[in-house]
Amino acid sequence: MIPAQFDYLAPTSVADAVAALAEHGDEAKVLAGGQSLLPILRMRLNAPGVVIDLGRIPELQGISEDGDHLVIGAMTTYAAVLASESVGAHAALLSKAVATVADPQIRHRGTVGGALVHADPAGDVGAPALALGAELVIAGADGSTRTVAAEDFFEDLFTTAVGEGELLTQIRIPKHTGWGAHYEKFVRVSHQWSIVGVAATVRSEGGSIAEARVGLTNMGSTPLRARSVEEALVGQPATDEAVRAAVASVAEGTNPPSDLNGDADYRKHLATVLTRRAVLAAAGA
Amino acid sequence: MTITEDRAADAATPEIGKARRRKEDQRLITGRTRWTDNIQLPGMLHLAMVRSPFAHATISAIDASEAKGSSGVVAIFTGEDLKDIQGVNITAWPVSAEQKSPDHLPVAVSHVAHAGEIVAVVAARTAAEARDAAELVDVDYDELPAVLDLKKAATDEVLAHPALGTNTSATWQLDSAGQGSGGDVEEAIATAREGGILIEREYRQQRLIPAFMEPRSTVVDPTGEQVTMWSATQVPHVLRFCIAATTGLPESKIRVVAPDVGGGFGGKLQTTPEEFATLAVARKLGKPVKYTETRSETMVSGHHGRDQWQKLTLAAEKDGRVTGLKVELMADLGAYAALVGGGVPVLGAWMFNSIYKFASYQFNVTNYYTNKTWVDAYRGAGRPEATYAIERLMDELAAEVGVDPLEIREKNWITHDEFPFTTVAGMTYDSGNYEAATAKAKELFGYDELRAEQKRRRESNDPVQLGIGVSTFTEMCGLAPSRILGALNYGAGGWESASIRMLATGTVEVITGVSPHGQGHETAWSQIVADRLGVPFENVEVLHGDTQISPKGMDTYGSRSLVVGAEAVVRAADKVIEKAKVVAAHLLEASIDDIEFNAGTFGVKGTDKGISMPEIALAAWTGHNLPDGMEPSIDADATFDPDNFSFPHGTHLCAMEVDTETGATSMRKYVCVDDIGTIINPLIVEGQVHGGLVQGIAQALWEGAEYDEQGTLVTGSFVDYTLPTSADTISFITDHTTSPSTYNTLGTKGVGEAGAIASTPAVVNAIVDAVRQFGVNDILMPCTPERVWKAIAKGRSVPGEGERDAAPHFDEGVPNQDPGAANDGSQA
Ligand SMILES: Cc1cc2nc3c(=O)[nH]c(=O)nc-3n(C[C@H](O)[C@H](O)[C@H](O)COP(=O)(O)OP(=O)(O)OC[C@H]3O[C@@H](n4cnc5c(N)ncnc54)[C@H](O)[C@@H]3O)c2cc1C
Repeated sequence: MIPAQFDYLAPTSVADAVAALAEHGDEAKVLAGGQSLLPILRMRLNAPGVVIDLGRIPELQGISEDGDHLVIGAMTTYAAVLASESVGAHAALLSKAVATVADPQIRHRGTVGGALVHADPAGDVGAPALALGAELVIAGADGSTRTVAAEDFFEDLFTTAVGEGELLTQIRIPKHTGWGAHYEKFVRVSHQWSIVGVAATVRSEGGSIAEARVGLTNMGSTPLRARSVEEALVGQPATDEAVRAAVASVAEGTNPPSDLNGDADYRKHLATVLTRRAVLAAAGA
Repeated sequence: MTITEDRAADAATPEIGKARRRKEDQRLITGRTRWTDNIQLPGMLHLAMVRSPFAHATISAIDASEAKGSSGVVAIFTGEDLKDIQGVNITAWPVSAEQKSPDHLPVAVSHVAHAGEIVAVVAARTAAEARDAAELVDVDYDELPAVLDLKKAATDEVLAHPALGTNTSATWQLDSAGQGSGGDVEEAIATAREGGILIEREYRQQRLIPAFMEPRSTVVDPTGEQVTMWSATQVPHVLRFCIAATTGLPESKIRVVAPDVGGGFGGKLQTTPEEFATLAVARKLGKPVKYTETRSETMVSGHHGRDQWQKLTLAAEKDGRVTGLKVELMADLGAYAALVGGGVPVLGAWMFNSIYKFASYQFNVTNYYTNKTWVDAYRGAGRPEATYAIERLMDELAAEVGVDPLEIREKNWITHDEFPFTTVAGMTYDSGNYEAATAKAKELFGYDELRAEQKRRRESNDPVQLGIGVSTFTEMCGLAPSRILGALNYGAGGWESASIRMLATGTVEVITGVSPHGQGHETAWSQIVADRLGVPFENVEVLHGDTQISPKGMDTYGSRSLVVGAEAVVRAADKVIEKAKVVAAHLLEASIDDIEFNAGTFGVKGTDKGISMPEIALAAWTGHNLPDGMEPSIDADATFDPDNFSFPHGTHLCAMEVDTETGATSMRKYVCVDDIGTIINPLIVEGQVHGGLVQGIAQALWEGAEYDEQGTLVTGSFVDYTLPTSADTISFITDHTTSPSTYNTLGTKGVGEAGAIASTPAVVNAIVDAVRQFGVNDILMPCTPERVWKAIAKGRSVPGEGERDAAPHFDEGVPNQDPGAANDGSQA
């Protein structure tokens, strides 16, 4: 599979990248890890005239701490997230979800930022980003930046708040230190995207659930946050019975797809089972 | 069984039976070898195919003017341009004299019958330029209604080829009463309906896509006296024949080379439109050209496998003794009768009765055309379908009678003292021991313990249920006795050819007519020849896959290489020994009757005089001192035509856990004890068994080609065609019993397809066994979690669902993408 010809730019700063985007407009496409973009180009689903590689921009790389937030550069690979002790300690849910993405090769190329902007509803980073209340920092054409809450970031299938000429630069995640976490991913073969995934993180106090955050993967055109379930879980003991009751309605109001891997009703059923399992595992039960 | 290589290769121990690592692996695994796509010739041009996005259409116009102006383009050819020389993709196996076979032109001229068919070929200086220009070829199609569903095809309401007037290709029957090999099946069914047991089922063999590692590639160099074609094929000799038969090129002007070939599984047992189109363009331009497909092209254009509905009626007495089996198959050939496409379902005719002594039997098949990719052999070809049906039925019968599935089999199988045994289908099985293989498998499996655990889980209503699946299979392989092929209307023989060249410096060249594509023939043949001629393993070179080097051969498929091809090698080696003996007697000044050959040395009885094989080879080469009138050569050729097929068998036991909350299944344990006669190299056998098992398990659990209602292949990439990886499988426990074949010198039986044939029903039987208590007696393959869960929820089997799309991971609607630039996926 050979992509159509394109020009290749490799800016070394966000400012240069944004300027290049402004210059080439519709013709340009930014390249992060390439794990979604390259298949698109090779299958000739798209033929941008210019590809702007973000791989040489140091400010987009790396993981740091900023007070009660973790800051992850958009170009940080899945593998780097997995290797990071601070992500493990303060946003364990993200580590757990990232560990289920594809296979090691893809995790060494694919980036958290690329995945968020690609916004595949079956992708595994959206739900944990939502559940953890992440904020997404976006650089605009005029050198300005704005910060968008995860809840407002995902607009539709493959559509986010990142507009024409903009770049996602950082993911800021409020620390969830000491929270238990689990990502329950349901697939038929190991290297598959989620048929349904449930991201759950839980703060426990004396054997019961003090706070819970739950995100759903592939239960609609964007990742979803199950707020009513989160509320229902507060104060519940981490027992099968209690959690089963609290999560029973998790699929209500969702609009999952029907495809080769399952129809919408099956997915709704799965979400209910998987949410129970994810919450119980996150609560260490 | 874990096998490691015997490193301390003791010269005295025979090579046969040694777990040698494959000598070809260094180059095959690193890829630093002669793959077709690695070939570069001076001035070589590259091709890209323009393919129909429509399942069924007539071509009203093709405008290539814009494409012709694209950078690097040398020429663009339509079917019209090539029609005088492009030849035709023929079927070698018209199953009946009345068979209807639409012409399959490599490049369509006016009519396309499946999405992915080639309508034009672009030749350019680079592959990228050819691809760019292919996007610019403007084809006008008039779409026709497409028939996609096999059962709808049978109604002839919509025709895949309107000119044929019907979708029916051919029908074929085997009837035990008619041919005198057994009783009347209708009588058995009538009796069972009265006072016995009648099991009536309809099973589906879904469509599968062979997923060889190396995509297909062809290079043609027309600049020599012989036109040379390198191709990633399993069948270089068959390909040369088909080119000569249909293009007007004399056979003697064609050289076909299958260099190293990266897997096939039947998927490269084909003569392809791409090969013929590449040849035609090379001849038109007088320049070397190369075409290498993308995986997306493999998926729509390489032939698919299986795709049958199987209506089955099993008649039995109340105690479970089977009295008759009636098989009615509908087989989907796709758009064209492929090389052996129509014959694949027919190959099942002798195998539905499997290892059992049924009193009566009837097999019927009707082949139909649809507007989907053509269908042909895929690992097992005909036998997996048969094995699946009968092994599923035997489990159903056991459930009906209320006994263990192994007990029902034992009641019906041929016992070891009954061999040779002529079956109700008319095949004579030479040897086997189903009792021994089953006893060993049961023990390795811990059958009784797992049954006890299953009972406990059922009683405690465990959300995770356990099921045990049995498959006691046999198959016929080692294709094939030429006379039988002739009786079946097959277009060629089933013999195999070999030559041995004894080189002056003591090394040996073995030429084989079979065409390995990953099986390890070079290693196994070297082991055989090393033992036979008493030369070191390292001194044997195995040559193959080039019609200039191995001029005669029937190639590799149907688990035939060892049992037919290596037998020819053994016979050539024996001729070498006979010739060498004459030289030895002469040089040792002894009577030929006193010459003994042992471990590479010719000795004289009762003396310590001797002369080695290399010394004789040198003497033959110099010719200085040979018996009067002897040709200065001890080289020899042999052609072997088998008297019978090869009948490996085995007992496979599978334990599956089913998560009743989600329908997810996971394999707990898999044991197989295969009887493949004498084993030449246990490590190679282990590889064949493992690979075969995974492919068969994949049919049960993961793989399936799906089309939408327009006839577009929805599972057009590995995102949606869910091929397993090692991460999805467990460690298998494999072992063997040995009942040597009586039809070849070494006592070997085929193993290439065994795992793929046996494993599918073992897995599905296990899943059904796990959930039978919920009222389930069948689940469509692949047994997806959704299907399993729905079967449990509804307490019955789930009928086929309607068409569904794949999940859009690489959507055209990604922000910032230009939808105008999007092409239809079929050209990807
Ligand atoms: C075989 C396979 C299996 C996979 N399985 C999974 C899976 O199980 N789970 C899963 O979640 N994902 C899976 N993926 C997708 C993978 O996670 C991708 O890496 C991810 O979707 C995209 O990240 P990337 O860095 O590769 O981005 P790219 O492919 O480079 O870019 C993706 C898109 O985002 C845009 N973009 C990238 N970075 C930015 C930025 N900073 N600002 C603005 N726009 C940007 C690009 O222009 C492009 O449109 C799989 C991919 C493959 C090939």
